[in-house]
Amino acid sequence: MTIAENTAGTLSGIRKSGAHHKLLAFGSLIVLVAVFSVASPNFLQTNNVIAILQATSVNGVLAIAATLVIISGGIDLSVGTLMTFCAVIAGVLLTFLGLPMVVGIPGALLAGFASGALTGVLITRLRIPPFIATLGMMLIYKGLSLAICGAKPIYFNDTPGFTDISTGSLIGAIVPALPIPNGVLILFLVAFGAAFVLQRTALGRYTFALGSNEEALRLSGVGIDSWKIAVYAVAGGICAIAGILLASRINSAQPAIGQGYELDAIAAVVIGGTSLSGGRGTMLGTMIGALIISVVANGLRILSVPQEWQIVVTGSIIILAVYTDNLRRRGA
Amino acid sequence: MEARERPPLVSMAGVDKSFPGVNALRGARFELRSGEVHALMGENGAGKSTLMKILAGIYQRDRGAVLIDGRPAALGSPRAAQELGIAIIHQELSLMRDLTAAQNILIGREPRRAGGLLLDEAALNATAADIFRTIHLALDPRTVVRGLTIARQQMVEFAKALSYRSRVLIMDEPTAALNDAEIAELFAIIGKLKAEGVGIVYISHKMDELKRIADRVTVMRDGETVGTLPAAETPVETVIAMMVGRKLTDEAAEAPDLSAAPVALEVRGLTRGRWIRDVSFDLRRGEILGFAGLMGAGRTEVARAVFGADPRDAGEILVHGRKVDIRQPRDAVRAGIGYLSEDRKQFGLATGMDVRNNIALASLSRFTGLGGVLDESAMREVAGRYIETLAIKTPSDRQETRLLSGGNQQKVVIAKWLLRDCDILIFDEPTRGIDVGAKSEIYKLLTGLAAQGKAIVVISSELPEILRLSHRIAVMCEGRITGFLPAGTSQEDIMRLATRRNTDADEIRRAS
Repeated sequence: MTIAENTAGTLSGIRKSGAHHKLLAFGSLIVLVAVFSVASPNFLQTNNVIAILQATSVNGVLAIAATLVIISGGIDLSVGTLMTFCAVIAGVLLTFLGLPMVVGIPGALLAGFASGALTGVLITRLRIPPFIATLGMMLIYKGLSLAICGAKPIYFNDTPGFTDISTGSLIGAIVPALPIPNGVLILFLVAFGAAFVLQRTALGRYTFALGSNEEALRLSGVGIDSWKIAVYAVAGGICAIAGILLASRINSAQPAIGQGYELDAIAAVVIGGTSLSGGRGTMLGTMIGALIISVVANGLRILSVPQEWQIVVTGSIIILAVYTDNLRRRGA
Repeated sequence: MEARERPPLVSMAGVDKSFPGVNALRGARFELRSGEVHALMGENGAGKSTLMKILAGIYQRDRGAVLIDGRPAALGSPRAAQELGIAIIHQELSLMRDLTAAQNILIGREPRRAGGLLLDEAALNATAADIFRTIHLALDPRTVVRGLTIARQQMVEFAKALSYRSRVLIMDEPTAALNDAEIAELFAIIGKLKAEGVGIVYISHKMDELKRIADRVTVMRDGETVGTLPAAETPVETVIAMMVGRKLTDEAAEAPDLSAAPVALEVRGLTRGRWIRDVSFDLRRGEILGFAGLMGAGRTEVARAVFGADPRDAGEILVHGRKVDIRQPRDAVRAGIGYLSEDRKQFGLATGMDVRNNIALASLSRFTGLGGVLDESAMREVAGRYIETLAIKTPSDRQETRLLSGGNQQKVVIAKWLLRDCDILIFDEPTRGIDVGAKSEIYKLLTGLAAQGKAIVVISSELPEILRLSHRIAVMCEGRITGFLPAGTSQEDIMRLATRRNTDADEIRRAS
C-alpha cells in the first residue's frame, strides 16, 4: 500500500513540477509584459505587439527545430546558417532561374530537409558527435551561401507576392481588427505541428526515447539511426521555413547573416525549460522562451536601453532561467 | 516420449566470443527446452551474460552454432531475436526514464490509428494495463518511469519482456531489487509462463532461488560450460563447487568484544522528511554494523544523509567524539567517511577511466607535484599495491574499469577509499550483482578491514549476507530503526522488526 501511495505521490509531483515550470516561464513573461507596459505606454500598442510577434517568428521557428534535436539528446549549431542557405536556395530557384513560387518554395524546403538528413547521416553513420558535425555543417552552409551568391544579396523583386509570405496578413483580410502577419501565423502553425508530432506520432515518441536512453531504445529493437536521421531532417526542414520567412520579410536572401541565430534559438529552448541532456521538453515552453527574448529586446529598446545592455540582460535571463529550474528540481 | 523427439527450443554449441583482451566465451554450450526454467549460474565474468546477449541478438558470436527449434537462427540484431520470440530482461535497468511505463513497454510497437500516422495512446495504455493485470502490478500505465522505485522499474521491464509473447525469456538477476513478496509474485508468474510452454533462462547468484524454481541448472566458469544438471537432485554445494572449483562455507559472524573500542561514528536524531525519522546509532572501531530492512525502509537514505549526499532536516553526526558538520560528501570524506554506493557504475566508479586513476581519484592531491603535475609512477606503485592486497583481477592498472567484473569493480572502489584513509566505511549492497566466489572474497575483505580497526556499516537486502557479516544488526522500517539485534540472531527476528510498521498510524488508517 505504501509503495502505491509513494508512486502516486511521486507521479503527481512530477506532473505538478512539469506544469510548475511552464507556469513559471509563463508567469515571467506576464510579469515582463506588465513591467514594460507600466514603464512605457507604447509597449502594449497593437503595432508594437505585432512587431514583437513578427520579431519572434524567425527565432521562434528556429527554436522549434532546435527543440526537436535537443529533446533527442543532440544539439544543432547549424540551424542559423542552414536557414540562410535555404533562403539562398530559394533565391537561386526564384530569382536566378525564374521559377514560380510553387516550385521555388518546396525546393528550398527540400534543401533544408535533405541538409538535415545529411547531418543525421554524419552523426549516425560516421559517428561524429552532434556538436562537431553541426559545427562543421554550420561553416559549410555559411561558405556555400556566400559562394553561391558571390557574397551579394539576392533580391526577390521579380517574384510578386514573395514578401506576402511573411508580411501579408491572411487573418487581417478576414478580420480587419486583427492584422496579424502571416509570419506569426506560420510560427504558430509550425509550433502546433511540431507539438503534435512530438506528442502523437512515433517520430515524437522516439525523439523523447532517444534523449532519455538511446541504448534502451536500441535494445528494444528500434532502428535508432534512421529515427535520428529523421529528427535532424525534420529540424532541417523547419530551418528552411525560417529561411523563407526571413527572406520574405527583408525581400532578399542575405548570405552574410545567420551565424549567431543558433545561439538565440538554443537560448529560447533553454529558457523554455527543455533539458539540454535530452528526454524532456515542450514546444509550449520553447514558444514562451522565444517570446521572452523578443519582449525583453523590444521593451528595452522602447525604454531606450542601448543594444549592448539588451544583450547582457538576455544572457542574464538564460542563466536565471536555468538556475530557477535547478532550484525547483532540488526542492521537489 | 514425443518431447524427446522434438528438438530443444534453443540449442547453442561451440560458441566463442572474444572482446579486446578477453576471451569471454570458449566453446560454450547451452540448451533450453520449452516449458522449463533453466538456471544459468557462474561467477561474474564466467560468461553467462555474454552467452545470453548473443542469444538475444545484442552481441554477435565469433564462432559456434545457435539453433532455434533445431534450425539455425539468424540473430543479427535485438529485433531479429525478438522476431524469433526471444526476449531479455536486463540486469541493468534499461528503461527510458522520461517516458511512461506504457510507452516503455510498447516502444517500437506502438498501436497506431489514422492509417498508421498517429499513435493510439488509449490503446497503448489499455494494452499495458492488461499486462499489468496479468502480473498483478498495481500501476498506472501513464506513470513516468523516472518517479518509480527500482523494484517497480524492474516490474515494468518484466512487463515489457512479457509483452513480446516470447517463447524464450531471459532474466538476468531479476530478483536483485525485489523484496520477498515481490519475489513470490515473480515466481508465480514464472510458473504460469512455464505452464504455457515458455522456456525461461534464469541467471541468478541466489542459491535458494535455484532450488525454488529451476528445473535444470547449467554452470559456467571462465567462458566454458562446466555442466548441466537437474536442479532438484543436485546439492547446492555441488553447484557452488562447479562454479568456483572449491567448497565454500556459510556461517554467521562472531562478534568480537568491542566494549572497550572507541566509538568511531555517532548519529543522533537524524531526520529527513518522510524517508528518515529520528534515526540514532553508534558504531565502534572494529565493528561491522548491518542495516537490514525491506526495500524503501530508508537504509540507503540514512547512508546518503550521513555521507552528505542528501540534505538532512535535523540530526547530529559525531566522528571520533567530535561533532562534524557534514553538508556535502566532501565534508564526510574529510571526516574519514567513505560511501560505496549500491550503483557502482553510476556513483562509485569513473567507468571510462582506468584502475589506477580510479584508485587515486579521491586522493589526487597526494600525487600532485610541482605545478600540479601528477606523479604517475607513484600512482602506479600505489595502485599495484592495492591490486595485489585486494586481489583485483585486472590485466594491468591501465585497464578501463568498465571492462572489469562487478566484484573487481567493487574492490577498486574499496581501494579508493582505503587510500583516502577513510576509517568509517559505509557499504550499500556490497555484493549486488556479484557472484558467489567473489562474494566470499568481499566478505573476507570486510571482516579483515574490521579486524584492522575500520568501522563498517553494511546495508544489504540479503539476510544471509547481513547475518554472515554483522557484529550487530540495525533493522529499519518506514524510516525508523525498529530495533538492534546481536550477531547470531535469526532471519525471523529480523523480519519481525523489518515489518514493524507504526501501528498507531495503521490503526488510524483502518479506523477511518
